[in-house]
Amino acid sequence: MSSHNNTNLKELFLNGIVKENTIFKLALSLCPSIAVTNNLKNGVFMGFAVLFVQVMVNLTISLMRNFIQPKVRLPIFMLVISGWVTVTQLMMAAFVPDVYGKVGLYIALIVAFASILARAEMFASKNSVVPSIVDGLGMGVGFLFALTVISFFRELVGKGSLWGNVIVDTKPLLIMILPAGGFFAVGILMALFNWINTRYAAKGAHASH
Amino acid sequence: MEATKKEQNFIVSVSPHVKSDETTSRIMWTVSIALLPALLSGLYFFGPKALFVTLLCIISSMIFEHLYFRIVEKKSAVGDGSAFLTGLLLGMNMPSSLWSVSPFTIHVPIVASFVAIVITKQLFGGLGFNVFNPALIGRAFALISWPKAMTIWSAPTAAFFAMDAKTTATPLGILKEEGVTKLIEVFGDKMSLYQQLFTGHRAGSIGETSAIALLIGGLFLLAKRYITWHIPVSFLGSAALMAWVMGGKGGLFTGDPIVHLMSGGMMLGAWFMATDYVTSPSMKTGQIIFGVGCGLLTMLIRLKGGYPEGVMFAILIMNCFAPLIDRGFRSKVFGAVKPATAKEGSK
Repeated sequence: MSSHNNTNLKELFLNGIVKENTIFKLALSLCPSIAVTNNLKNGVFMGFAVLFVQVMVNLTISLMRNFIQPKVRLPIFMLVISGWVTVTQLMMAAFVPDVYGKVGLYIALIVAFASILARAEMFASKNSVVPSIVDGLGMGVGFLFALTVISFFRELVGKGSLWGNVIVDTKPLLIMILPAGGFFAVGILMALFNWINTRYAAKGAHASH
Repeated sequence: MEATKKEQNFIVSVSPHVKSDETTSRIMWTVSIALLPALLSGLYFFGPKALFVTLLCIISSMIFEHLYFRIVEKKSAVGDGSAFLTGLLLGMNMPSSLWSVSPFTIHVPIVASFVAIVITKQLFGGLGFNVFNPALIGRAFALISWPKAMTIWSAPTAAFFAMDAKTTATPLGILKEEGVTKLIEVFGDKMSLYQQLFTGHRAGSIGETSAIALLIGGLFLLAKRYITWHIPVSFLGSAALMAWVMGGKGGLFTGDPIVHLMSGGMMLGAWFMATDYVTSPSMKTGQIIFGVGCGLLTMLIRLKGGYPEGVMFAILIMNCFAPLIDRGFRSKVFGAVKPATAKEGSK
C-alpha cells in the first residue's frame, strides 16, 4: 500500500515537470518566461520565487480546504496567493536586493499566474496536505527548470556570459537577450522539449511491447 | 500512400488561383532575372566581396531549404527557385563588407539565410504560408544581432576587382547625423548627388544602391505583368509626399523627396520586397493601403526613429497587416446569402 502511494507521489511530482510543464507543455505564464530570462541569475531567482509560492499556496489551501465556502473560493485563493507573494517579495527585497530591483515587478505578477491558481483550484482544494505539497513541488520545479534552461540559453548565446561571468568575449547573438529573442528562445526550447518527450514516449511504447 | 505522393506534386499557394501556364518556379526565376541589373551594378561598385556575400546567401539558403525537406522527409522543392530568390534578395540587402575574416563576419549571411529559410518560411508552413518576407526577417535578425557588422559600409569603387575598399557612411546615415547640407557637400553639388544616387555610386547594401538598375528590373516585372503598379507607386508616392512635407529642416514643404526616394533600400523595397505575393494583400485596394502604409512608416522611421533607414521594418510591419487588409477588402461573393456568410465568418 505504501509503495503504491509512493509511486503515485513520484508520478505526481514528475507530472509537473514533464507532462504538464507550465511553460513547455501548458504554455502558461509565458510573460515572465520572456521578460525575466535574459540572464541566468534573474531566471533562477524567479523560478525559486514561483516554486516557493506554489508549494506554500498548495499547502495552505489544502489545509483550509474544508473551511472554504465554495461560493467564495476564488477570492480566498487569491488572498492566500497574494499573501505568499508578499512574503516572497519582502524576503527577496531583503536578501537579494539587486535581483529584486530587476524582477520585482514580475514577482508581484505571480499573483496573477494562471498556473498557481489552477493548481489551487484543481488540486490542492481537493487533496490532502502531502499530495498537495508534492504537486506544488512538481509544478514549481518544472517552472524553475524551464526558466533555468531558457535563461541559461539566452544569456550564453546573447551575452556570452553565465551568471554574469564572461565566457566568450564577444556577443555571439545579441538578439537573444532582447525581447524578440525571448520568443525565439522559448519557441526553440519548447520544440526541443516536446521533441525529446515524443521520442522518449515512442521508445517507452516500443519497450513495453 | 499513392494519394499523398500525388498531393506532394501540387504546389499549394494562396489566392488568386488564376489558371495559366505560369508556375511558381517560372515566376521566381523571372524575378531573379529582373534583379540582375541591380546585382551587376552592386558587383561593379563593391567588387568581388559583394559577389561572395551574395553567393554565400544563395548557396546557404538553398542548402538549408534542401536540408529542411530532407529532415521532414518531403520531396525537396529546392529547384523551384524560391530559396534562390530569397538568398539573392538577402544577399542584395547586406553590406559587402561582411566578407571579412578579421573581424570574422562570414557567419552573418549564413545565419541570416537559416533564419530566412527555416524559421521564417518553412516553420510557418513553407512557401505561400509565411507571414513575413523571409529575406527581410533574415536581414532584420542579422541587423539586430550584429549591429556593428551590418552597418560597415564599403565606399563604392567603380571597378569590378577592387578588393580593399574604404568604409564610409551611407547617404541616409549622413542625412540623419549631419543633415542635408553636409550630404550635398560630400557629393559635390546637388546635381551630382542626384546623379550618383541614380547610378548607384554610393555606400549601401549590395543591391540597393543603383536606382536606375532597380527601376529597369521593376519596369520589366511590370511589363511582364508579374507585379502591378499599385504597391510600388503608392509606396514611393506616399514616401515622397511625406519626405516633401515633413522632411525639411526649414518647416513644412521644404523636404527633398528625390534624395529619400533614391537612397536606402527604397527602390529595392518598393519594387521587389513589398510586392512579394505571399506577404502582401491580393486585392488592388488593399495593395494601395499596404503601399501607403509602407511608405509612411518608412519615412516615419527615417525622420523620427532611431535607425537611419526604415524600409525593412516598414515592410515587415505592414506584412503583419496584410491578412487583415485582405479580409477588409475582399471581393464580393456573388450569390452568397447574407446570414450564411455571417455564419462562415464566425467560424
